Amino acid sequence: METTRPSVWRKMRGNTGALIGGTLLLLIILIAVLAPLLAPHDPIAQDLTRRLLPPFWHDRAVPEHLLGTDHLGRDYLSRLIYGARVSLGVGLGVILVSGTIGITLGLIAGYFGGWIDMVISFAITTRLSLPIVLVALAAVALGGASLTTLITVLGFLLWDRFAVVTRAAAQSLRHQEFILGLRAIGASRARILFLEILPNMRATILVVVSLEVANVILLEAALSFLGLGVRPPTPSWGLMISEGRDNILFDPWLIALPGSALCLLVLAVNLFGDGMRDITGPARK
Amino acid sequence: MLSFISKRLLVALLVCLTVSALSFGLMFVSGDPAIAIAGSGGRAEDAEAIRQAYGFDRPLIVQYLDWIGSALTGNLGQSIYFNVPVTEIIGNRAGVTLTLGFISFLVALVIAVPLGVAAALRPNGWIDRIALVIAVSGQAIPSFWLGLMAIVVFGVWYGWVPISGADTWQGYILPVIVLSYYAIPELMRITRSGMIDVLATDYVRAARAKGLPMHLVISRHALRNAVLPLVSLAAVQLGQLLSGSIVIESVFALNGLGRLAWESLLRSDLPVVQAIILILSLLYVVLTTLADILNAVLDPRLRGGS
Repeated sequence: METTRPSVWRKMRGNTGALIGGTLLLLIILIAVLAPLLAPHDPIAQDLTRRLLPPFWHDRAVPEHLLGTDHLGRDYLSRLIYGARVSLGVGLGVILVSGTIGITLGLIAGYFGGWIDMVISFAITTRLSLPIVLVALAAVALGGASLTTLITVLGFLLWDRFAVVTRAAAQSLRHQEFILGLRAIGASRARILFLEILPNMRATILVVVSLEVANVILLEAALSFLGLGVRPPTPSWGLMISEGRDNILFDPWLIALPGSALCLLVLAVNLFGDGMRDITGPARK
Repeated sequence: MLSFISKRLLVALLVCLTVSALSFGLMFVSGDPAIAIAGSGGRAEDAEAIRQAYGFDRPLIVQYLDWIGSALTGNLGQSIYFNVPVTEIIGNRAGVTLTLGFISFLVALVIAVPLGVAAALRPNGWIDRIALVIAVSGQAIPSFWLGLMAIVVFGVWYGWVPISGADTWQGYILPVIVLSYYAIPELMRITRSGMIDVLATDYVRAARAKGLPMHLVISRHALRNAVLPLVSLAAVQLGQLLSGSIVIESVFALNGLGRLAWESLLRSDLPVVQAIILILSLLYVVLTTLADILNAVLDPRLRGGS
């Protein structure tokens, strides 16, 4: 186990996608963490005398507002910077909930098999047949749109991929000799599941985490765009696109900027995740 | 074979029942549906009147059985906002969603499968690289944003297509492009990896060794086996396209089921929302069950065991 770490790093250096994705992701995380230091203005401070100023490449641009201002005169660059916090925060929050649910269910189903596996597999099938966007929209609308509701709802909806992957991994691990040995010496089930089997799947889980984070970020943006996600005035990229929509004819940069930020973040996460899958996964194709 | 199909149908039926209970239960996420319908500004008397009119004061299980019972006879309740049967409203709107979903699905398949096959024939060749770029960008670009940008560029700047609505067939062009772009990456990836696996098998190499031209090897031997995983994924993707069109419909102002669901949510017309969730879920169950059965017909190995 000790030797996997350096070799993963060495392989990562050879994988351009993982390297670009990882660097980009790190950069965006830094921007999100350091937002108060980086943002030139308060992201929710309005100035109605300076509404819809264009970004720097226009003639009417103002140097104080590098990327212009929105329909309420709020600094666009600052809102974009703080928007990274919302995307990453929701992504992380949802993964904590959905990962805990999915990994626990998957471990139990894969390790015990039998009727427990049947019940959990049935839950997975049922969950997959629900139209995610619609159910999430309805649950957020009825539960009262807020960041907490959003994270809870998405967390309880998106555990399926974690469950599917850990279930399969647990199935293949449970007959390994070291697990049989532990059972023979009377190790408790909880210890076998969470201290022996779980750490053996961390590469697989890391890949699922990255795929799911990308998924969550896109969903949050879509829900916020539809007005049933993050509440104004919080600067969410999806919400910024929705707010910029009314002025799309004359100021298309209002939606182009937050959309590009969104693409860049999802691209970074995906490249990193795909790279990790290539590096840690079995024989490449 | 028959036992496989009957088992699969039993599971599908159980899933349908569970899904119906879930979409019914969604009404009660907020705690009290009567208050949700009356709105946050509603008076207590209004809520009470609604509670009695819709029978929310009865035990939950009675309400559920009542709902599912009438759903089985084709009655999905009454819209609170329009005061007409839910089925009538849905019937009026379903056409747009189905048209959009199926056309996008076909377009996605027609592009993704040949591209996936071509990419698999020469891994790391230039077609494979283009396919990779399409896949990676397709998965990173939010479809609602792509839709808006397409409206700006092709609707406003160039004026090639109408910027909203679907009164004419041109109104479908952009939504179909955006929605199929969303479905292409996964379909293409699975075609490519399935094809690479099949091309490495002995029977394909034998077919090539005996001098069979490549296009015949692909059409007679390889593709048939490579499509197996594609069948399941295609069913999943079609289901996702139909339910995923909610965002696209609102971007392009198309009057389909997705937009109806969204508008109904905003005006607390819960029976309509419930019905749409139920219908989309059932559609998904039907599609995936059909795909599983089709797979079993195509691949005898899947029938045994489970």
